[in-house]
Amino acid sequence: MRLKLVPEKTSFDFFSRWKLWLGVSCVLMLVGFVSFAIQGLNFGIDFRGGTTIRTEATTEIDVGQYRAAIAPLELGDVSITEVFDPQFAADQHVAMVRIQAQADGEALSSDVIAAVQSALDTVAPGIKFVSVESVGPKVSGELVKTAVLAVLLAIGAVLVYIWLRFEWQFAVGAVVALVHDVILTIGIFSELQIKFDLAIIAALLTIVGYSLNDTVVVFDRVRENLRRYKKKPLSEVLNISINETLSRTMMTSVTTLLALISLYILGGDVIRGFVFAMICGVVFGTYSSVFVASTILLWLGVKRDWSKPSTPTGNQFANVDA
Amino acid sequence: MLQIDTWKRVLIWLACVAGLLAALPNAFYSRVEQHNDAVAAIELGADTPANQTMANQWPTWMPSGLVNLGLDLRGGAHLLAEVKVQDVYEARMDALWPEVRNALRGERATIGTFRRDSEAPVDQIRLRISQPEGLTQAMQILRGLANPIQTLTGAGANDIEIIGSGNTITIQLSDAEKLATDDRTVRQSLEIIRRRIDEVGTREPTIQRQGADRILIQVPGISSAAELKKIIGTTAQLTFNPVVGRASRAEERAGVGNKVVPSLDQPGTFYIIEAAPVVTGEELVDAQPAFDQNGRPAVNFRFNTSGARKFGDYTLENIGQPFAIVLDDEVISAPVIQSHIPGGSGIITGNFSVEESTNLAILLRAGALPAELEFLEERTIGPELGQDSIDAGRVATAVAFVGVLVFMVLSYGLFGIFANVALIVNVCLIFGVLSAIGGTLTLPGIAGIVLTVGMAVDANVLIFERIREEIKSGRGPARAIDEGYNKALSAIVDANITTFITAVILFAMGSGPVRGFAVTLGLGIVTSVFTAIFVTRLLVVMWFERRRPKTIEV
Repeated sequence: MRLKLVPEKTSFDFFSRWKLWLGVSCVLMLVGFVSFAIQGLNFGIDFRGGTTIRTEATTEIDVGQYRAAIAPLELGDVSITEVFDPQFAADQHVAMVRIQAQADGEALSSDVIAAVQSALDTVAPGIKFVSVESVGPKVSGELVKTAVLAVLLAIGAVLVYIWLRFEWQFAVGAVVALVHDVILTIGIFSELQIKFDLAIIAALLTIVGYSLNDTVVVFDRVRENLRRYKKKPLSEVLNISINETLSRTMMTSVTTLLALISLYILGGDVIRGFVFAMICGVVFGTYSSVFVASTILLWLGVKRDWSKPSTPTGNQFANVDA
Repeated sequence: MLQIDTWKRVLIWLACVAGLLAALPNAFYSRVEQHNDAVAAIELGADTPANQTMANQWPTWMPSGLVNLGLDLRGGAHLLAEVKVQDVYEARMDALWPEVRNALRGERATIGTFRRDSEAPVDQIRLRISQPEGLTQAMQILRGLANPIQTLTGAGANDIEIIGSGNTITIQLSDAEKLATDDRTVRQSLEIIRRRIDEVGTREPTIQRQGADRILIQVPGISSAAELKKIIGTTAQLTFNPVVGRASRAEERAGVGNKVVPSLDQPGTFYIIEAAPVVTGEELVDAQPAFDQNGRPAVNFRFNTSGARKFGDYTLENIGQPFAIVLDDEVISAPVIQSHIPGGSGIITGNFSVEESTNLAILLRAGALPAELEFLEERTIGPELGQDSIDAGRVATAVAFVGVLVFMVLSYGLFGIFANVALIVNVCLIFGVLSAIGGTLTLPGIAGIVLTVGMAVDANVLIFERIREEIKSGRGPARAIDEGYNKALSAIVDANITTFITAVILFAMGSGPVRGFAVTLGLGIVTSVFTAIFVTRLLVVMWFERRRPKTIEV
């Protein structure tokens, strides 16, 4: 007996309520956007400059005491959060101390860090700084620019690739789905105020890759079915294609989520934000390849004359043999 | 129909075995690391029994390449420094000033008196002459000081620009020369940082140039960024300057061409010295820690020929005068010249401890940084945190792996087992290639591998689903398998190329840990496509040939 995520043969109608789905997506994107506009992202030091110190002590953490100990050093805005992780030992108390970027363009000097350490040592004897990261505002500005550029470049490159391999309508559909996924993920990060740093940009780019992976598989089947069913209306062809690939879509999403969730739970707190972004991306990516990319395709219409190709799958990769 | 040539089978198996072998050392990480260190030590001549035993811990015929662990896993320090290239302009102008002065001295008759304007920007020499009608003449002479430079853009460029108006002449470096100087400065700094870090002897430091004027320094295993800064941060600009006088405050008027510098070990004492040095540390060929005649720590030094000549001439002409040994704008000592010092060697005495004199000797030997460094980014990761991350990553990968393996068997039965074999081969291949190319594994890199584990089965899922469909439409087993592979191929290729594009962009734009992620993601895509369309196919074909089943269930 096989485990089946999706029944043997499905014939869901994915487009009977396409206006509703598109509407839901638009509303969600709007919410994400408004949240981003109003409270903004909780940028990490990579993008904002400043210093984060990861402290480890054997005594319980009292955030108020920590704050009071650091206050006399007059370092401006200091935020202190306690970090929890199921894998910490009972007497392992970890906190993240974040200090705003100082006026000059440089990273925080080691004297200041030593001063912070001795100040904290009075409230938590034997406190250790397990990591200290300091980024000057000069670099962080450039990092923002590079990050935005990387995401835009990735989307652009993908647009071109799909346009070359399919038709421009497919490319537009895929890219709208991508933008949808990225905006929703950023929206969640802004809504939950999770720290947004360089690693999250890497996660966003992976989401771009994953979402595409899904969309391309559906589109590949659409292209094939457009040749097979020359007379059927586009919406029916799309429905058939999505139903045929549904089992695969679910399988891949589940195995990927399985891996990501184990990383989320067991991978430690350092990469939790990064993994969380990817989990969001996989969920959105799966949803968007069906409900956004295909809907856009239906909306734009597509050229139906695929008569030229000779082989069944009709592209240069079909002849590759093992 | 389901045929694979023997040579193809051999190649596929060879690739898998090579991957496994290359990945194997990572399973015995600390042992192989000790082996590698010992072998390197023996090559350098330290052929001790202890090193021999260490070296014998791992057979020499086995591959011994390891995956480098990134800073976030091993612990260490990361610095991004910006070289203040403008510092050099100032030094160049100060060095030019005596030449300018000497050249114009002979022309007092036409240009009258002249003086250097101390208000001018530090990267310029601004001259005021008392007889404006001599301007053309003066400029003519000064142009003679310029040297032509080689540039890519064309000939005719000089290293200095001389602009005159009214009674003022401004001398500054030309833009072309500034560009060339900047490049030289950064390359010099890079080299000197490398030498200083090598003198301390740490494992696998990364010292890279980034962009026009930045240097990235990563040293694993060092306890903090502060310590790393101490090693590379001092400019160690050593100069020997004539002393004009003493002062008690830093604000003392020094006069044109002179400057006031504090004493290193006597607070409240200042020296007025000529800004243009007699000799600089650049002309040192050697510096060694030593002791002076009273048994106090000191540093012995030796000049090269031209330095020795300048030093010799100066000491000959100025017996009885004090001169200052200046390190980074602080006077270490200001002895009085007792006699002519010919051979070009000497001793620096001061209030040193043994450690300080050793450090000073290292710094002097490695050479001075041509310009100051500004640290834009500093990261210290403690080794405990790195170890925690490795442990967590290991557990998470194992759980993810087992989860996916079980899930695949439940969904596809025997074919799921084929896919699982391919998945294991896939992870080995990733580690094998990473070890072979000396790639670096970072924490996001581990996430990349876990993600690959999840996504690698995708290609197999595509194929298996396709085979299911072909069986449903009534094809025989052999034909269904063949068609399944063929028809799934275009989707696999398109889907993976798009993901690969994003991995390439990540690699190009990212840095550090993010780049590590891009490497594992990109590698994972390549190896997973290989294992899905070659390895599982081979497994399926071999199974099919032996069993010849009438029906198959996928």
